[in-house]
Amino acid sequence: MSDASYPADLLYHPEHDWARMEDGEPAHATLGITWYAQDQLGEVVFFEAPAVGTMLSQNEPYTEVESVKAVSDVVAPLSGEVVEINAAAAENPGVINADPYGEGWLVKVRLSDPSERERLLDATAYTATLGG
Amino acid sequence: MSTPAPQLLRRTPLFECHRGAGARLVDFAGWEMPVFYGGAPNPIVAEHMAVREACGIFDVSHMGQIETCGPGALALLQRLLSNDLVKVAPGGAQYSVLCREDGGVLDDLFTYRLEAERYLTVTNAANHVQDLAWFAAHAIDTPDVRVVDCIDHWAMLAVQGPLAREIVQAVSDAPLPARMTAEPRRLAGAQTLVCGTGYTGEDGVELLCEPEDAAGLWDELVRRGAMPAGLGARDTLRLEACFHLYGNDLTVQRGPIEAGLGWCCKEDTGFIGSDAVRAAREHGTAERLVAFAIDGPGIARPGNPVVGGGEVTSGTLSPCLKSGIGLAYVPSERSATGTRLEIDVRGKMRSAVVKDKPLYRKAPA
Repeated sequence: MSDASYPADLLYHPEHDWARMEDGEPAHATLGITWYAQDQLGEVVFFEAPAVGTMLSQNEPYTEVESVKAVSDVVAPLSGEVVEINAAAAENPGVINADPYGEGWLVKVRLSDPSERERLLDATAYTATLGG
Repeated sequence: MSTPAPQLLRRTPLFECHRGAGARLVDFAGWEMPVFYGGAPNPIVAEHMAVREACGIFDVSHMGQIETCGPGALALLQRLLSNDLVKVAPGGAQYSVLCREDGGVLDDLFTYRLEAERYLTVTNAANHVQDLAWFAAHAIDTPDVRVVDCIDHWAMLAVQGPLAREIVQAVSDAPLPARMTAEPRRLAGAQTLVCGTGYTGEDGVELLCEPEDAAGLWDELVRRGAMPAGLGARDTLRLEACFHLYGNDLTVQRGPIEAGLGWCCKEDTGFIGSDAVRAAREHGTAERLVAFAIDGPGIARPGNPVVGGGEVTSGTLSPCLKSGIGLAYVPSERSATGTRLEIDVRGKMRSAVVKDKPLYRKAPA
């Protein structure tokens, strides 16, 4: 598996999700799960992406990732509409372990309330929640 | 997803071997046990495939052992265990269930006849204390029998896979015992009870040795090519082979007939629960445990309801079949091979088919 990392350019939700903001009009974000989440889960063997058009609400689960052993809800760090899904990750969920912030992204959303980002954590604050 | 630091968990004699191999450790029935080891990108699948294709080694020292000995041992075990131990010669092994009067299953266990009047029964970790109390309670009114808790006397390793015997044979002072038999051997210098048994659907052996010899034996077998494998792979392997996991597929609320374990129940021995088992065999049961495979995407999990009645008791992704598989109790009239099932997987309906057991069978060589 990859080594632990929490890129500084991302925002984090305490339920172990990240968002990469793509400012512009309208604002978009790419979402995924953190290194910690995939490490706790173990090898991801199943990810069924939500349909394009699905509405996400901040703090609410919007999909699931599964390892051999367990299922984990994925919580939306921001609200918005799914505009793109990572079909490659659905096809080969191992990329969520191998590259959780890159090829292992899950969905792209058009944000309905970009100001929700104020409630997310930066990498330092998120890492502190992991208890070292 | 946070995991509190484990507290007061028991550790097996192989704990340092696991830690050294980068194991992810979890609480399993009060024991701090490896669920998988570090290294490979997909460790559970890699460990699973090592057992199917080469050789894996498991620490199963958390399992309990009860010795029953003396002139009354056979009489006591015939009363407690569902199978007929009279058929087992010294050196033999047998699988059976332990039932209550109402036929509810207290545990499923292997018993080894070590000597004419000495038997070793291996218990599931979560049930060991209760099994021991059950044995002891019934020993009181059985003459000339002694029931001894041996959980601390033994470390237990399972070496499984097509290369397992070859790897163990290379460190043994004599040929290994055949399948379903057990004999003492000296392995890499350690006095060991070698048992031709396992719970993976592969050939292999289970080794009982003294706790202080366990780490040396483990290291030697790993050095010779056995891949350390954790409870994650143990679960996927046993499920492909359709072996029951107590607490999931077997509980005290279920009898052996509905669980598909009628083959190891010999009611004529008069074991505790035999009347209930006989009645279930004659009249049938409302539900039956079936093996299923999901024929699209999705992985059913324990507790998922089956539409029209029933419930999944074990479910995972099969590394060999590459689809969701599992065991479920379903109404008996819907338990025939080929029956289509709909399983409610957290609100999504997944289509599955009842399959013959085992779900995975090695292609003939």
